[in-house]
Amino acid sequence: MNKQKKLILRIISVLSAGLFLVPFYIMLINSFKTKKQLFLDTLGFPKTFDFNNYIVAWERLEFLKVFFNSLIITVGSLTIVIIFSSMAAWMLQRTKSKLSTFIFFVFVASMLIPFQAVMLPLVRIMGKLNLLNMPGLIFMYLGFQSSLSIFLYHGFVKGIPKALDEAAIIDGCNSFQIFWYIIFPLLKPITITVSVLNAVWIWNDYLLPSLVINKEASHTIPLRIFFFFGEYTKQWHLAMAGLTLAIIPVIIFYFFAQKHIIKGVTDGSVK
Amino acid sequence: MKKNKLIFWAFVGPSLLAFTLVVLAPLLMGIYYSFTNWNGIAANVSFVGLDNYIEMFNDSSFLDSFIFTTKFTIVSVIAVNAIGFALALLVTRGLKISNFLRTIFFMPNLIGGLILGFIWQFIFTKGFAALGELTGQGWLLGWLSNQETGFWGLAILLAWKMSGYVMVIYVAGIQGIPEELVEAAKIDGANAWERVKHIVFPLIRPAFTASLFLTLSNSFKLFDPNLSLTSGGPARSTEMLALNIYKTAFTFREMGVAQAKAVIFLIVVGIVTLTQVHFTKKGEVEM
Repeated sequence: MNKQKKLILRIISVLSAGLFLVPFYIMLINSFKTKKQLFLDTLGFPKTFDFNNYIVAWERLEFLKVFFNSLIITVGSLTIVIIFSSMAAWMLQRTKSKLSTFIFFVFVASMLIPFQAVMLPLVRIMGKLNLLNMPGLIFMYLGFQSSLSIFLYHGFVKGIPKALDEAAIIDGCNSFQIFWYIIFPLLKPITITVSVLNAVWIWNDYLLPSLVINKEASHTIPLRIFFFFGEYTKQWHLAMAGLTLAIIPVIIFYFFAQKHIIKGVTDGSVK
Repeated sequence: MKKNKLIFWAFVGPSLLAFTLVVLAPLLMGIYYSFTNWNGIAANVSFVGLDNYIEMFNDSSFLDSFIFTTKFTIVSVIAVNAIGFALALLVTRGLKISNFLRTIFFMPNLIGGLILGFIWQFIFTKGFAALGELTGQGWLLGWLSNQETGFWGLAILLAWKMSGYVMVIYVAGIQGIPEELVEAAKIDGANAWERVKHIVFPLIRPAFTASLFLTLSNSFKLFDPNLSLTSGGPARSTEMLALNIYKTAFTFREMGVAQAKAVIFLIVVGIVTLTQVHFTKKGEVEM
């Protein structure tokens, strides 16, 4: 490639990266302005960096509390999804029977079902079971995320030689020992993929928590943001500070685990 | 043998139980409810035949949202894939900043749709207006106050969110193309566009299938950004199907009709995605 061409490419790159960042930039600069300043000059750089908006937003959002709610729900769901779907996938792949094939088929086929098709009866059933709360939400994520997770694990287990299982049986291992000591460690790459996909999905989910959580004390970040935004819709300076707070954890996580995230999200989609 | 069965259920049971209670049972109940006068509260429901379906087809908001969703899906699928592919070409040119660019382009994808909708609501209503006043461009004023700008607002939001995602899929596809093929074409005198058209396009068909599938289902089922960006307004003119079903249930409290809409939604989503996968898989090139 000649120099001129490279320069043009570089300019296009920088411009498009800039374009992608503009929304974040506008959000950020306005989160430091006073109400009046924001109204008078929306696009300009803030005259002073006032953290007052953040202090107010932090308190009104009860940020620490909703952050930990989101964290507990995400980590809790992730843990049980990984444990149970890897177990199920291994067993379904290793068992050659009509029932096993059928169950796997039902899991895979259900990935097409849009949430709206099940949401109304779901709330009713869960209400009857007294599960319209945080533990219930975690249980529901196991149900919803198991299809994709089992599908991904199943594909990966296929590539692990059955001879390993058989050798372990000869050595006297039972099924649980085979799975946890031999198979599960080998599943690590796909476990990372499954974790990333589920974590991103659960952390950002709004609709399911909004139907399940009715106690304010159990709000997740997206849920609280929804109410916060409704209240402060004419006070954009506070809204912008609140939104910035809400995305900071994701951005931090992204910069630490970027490679795994990009790989995980795409691996999950291509299969 | 009995022991084997027990072990089978010990491994498969927990996921299957959750899945049955959360997906399968509600699905079947939902189909049943769509033929009843269920209102979400009363315990006794009675069978009403096709009443909900008839009411649904008489509900002009549903038809409108169907048309809106279809148009939106077509525009988004084209925009997201075109931009995503262009970005993929850009970041595979061996520039030093490629990795940094990839990070930036992918970032919006990780932020929840609800939050993105609120951010863009500010950009469109305040940012665009300020820019419009500054430059005297009238078309920048009054965004999200009518159907047209609501439509393009949603399309811009989704293109911004998803292009980086399909970019990564296309990058994987492009990097899988053997270097020799491109070199051989260069020696044979193919220019950049010819190389893209005759080598890159045919060989990234699997990546294309995946991206198409993803963008299609994500745009057709879009909910969160729709709720937070326009909430379907003004006057329900930018309501997509998922939001229409949601509002039928929770704003208008017509559970039976909402459930009938959801069943139709399910059928359409199923048909569209299966057809699409069938056709794109057919045209893939074997290497």
